[in-house]
Amino acid sequence: MKIELAPLPYDYTALEPKIGKRTLEIHHDKHHAKYVNVANQMIEGTDMEKDDCATIVMKSHKAGNQGLFNNAAQAWNHDFYWKCMKPGGGGKPTGAIADQINKDFGSYDEFKKQFEVAGNTAFGSGWAWLSWDGSKLVVDKTIGAGNPITDGKKPLLTMDVWEHAYYLDYQNMRATYCTDFLDSLVNWDFVNQNFASAK
Amino acid sequence: MITPAPVAECIVLQDCIQVPSTPGKSNGPFLLPNLLFGYSDLEPYIDQATMMYHYNKHFNGYMTNLNNALKGTLSANLTELVLNPTDSTIRNNGGGFYNHGLFFRIMCTASRSETPSKLLEDAIIKSFGSMAQMKQQFAAQASSRFGSGWVWLGVLPDGKLGITTTANQDTPFMKVQDIQYQLMYPFLGLDVWEHAYYLNYQNQRSSYVDAWWNIVNWSQVPKKNNSHPLHKT
Repeated sequence: MKIELAPLPYDYTALEPKIGKRTLEIHHDKHHAKYVNVANQMIEGTDMEKDDCATIVMKSHKAGNQGLFNNAAQAWNHDFYWKCMKPGGGGKPTGAIADQINKDFGSYDEFKKQFEVAGNTAFGSGWAWLSWDGSKLVVDKTIGAGNPITDGKKPLLTMDVWEHAYYLDYQNMRATYCTDFLDSLVNWDFVNQNFASAK
Repeated sequence: MITPAPVAECIVLQDCIQVPSTPGKSNGPFLLPNLLFGYSDLEPYIDQATMMYHYNKHFNGYMTNLNNALKGTLSANLTELVLNPTDSTIRNNGGGFYNHGLFFRIMCTASRSETPSKLLEDAIIKSFGSMAQMKQQFAAQASSRFGSGWVWLGVLPDGKLGITTTANQDTPFMKVQDIQYQLMYPFLGLDVWEHAYYLNYQNQRSSYVDAWWNIVNWSQVPKKNNSHPLHKT
């Protein structure tokens, strides 16, 4: 099946003033769309034609097919990223993920600190992740199209720190974007759903 | 090799660009070179806002981080630091400071752009067939750079001209384990980090690359450098 470009789960203006309409229009309709289109072109006529996106990510990674991996993984990452945000989101989580964060990080504040460090220190283009490694939560950063599923982890939350994700709204102030993401945008319901499936 | 020098002395970069010393403006061996044009002088090809952020925040940021990493050092050889970066902080910030120094030095307002010297033009034609073919290859490399990085035109170890692309803030004569670029001494470089073009071009990197040739200051692009780092043993 073809990789799908799902519409945003909310309106293009929904994340304002933190992430602007123009950013979402270009980020989703141009960047994300291009990754989807290129990945679909690349799998056409191959044995991956009928695979889902995650499978294509794993296969291309295993085969060392960097071009396909970059596009398929970016398609996966962006689809996941949109769902990780919601209007009126952010702040401290509730539910199972909140308990696990306290267990594995000591406190939400410590998790927040580590997640922001991951976002701020992914040099160049990358992503910050909260994942389940099978027995505990881990915070990671990846470069380029990197995704923790290739390490056998289950992603629960991601934050895009490629400059295109924040430059129109924050310019060089990536740190402010990272803080705003956690304080005002995170969709903890989605994270809890991912956590329930992962455990 | 680091030799002490009075802070008030001019710091001379390997490429013979003198950085005017302003006491109190830097906490380490490096100073931000003056911008050779006004922030809006590169319009419409590069917008004023981008120039301001790029110079005052990004370029300045690399310098600040580099100086912090070299705390206590009065002077240092930037080319040596970049050639053999001792850790990722020096690699990223030394490379960032060097790369941006070159980048800002080789741009000017469009009316002053002129054309390459005969010597350089001949070398380009010899290595690529024509200026147009050189620019085509340059554009292809720029498009192929996934994520952040640079595209370079420079001198290869055999003396020919070449084009390569580096990731993040790597400089193409940097000797690191994971080299995936052609080793060369660059005399022209284009920043393709998104911060270099996003405010004006958004996702349209190729439009930015095409437009950029309008503001290359060919008089600042050296013809050749016989003492470039690749010739050192």
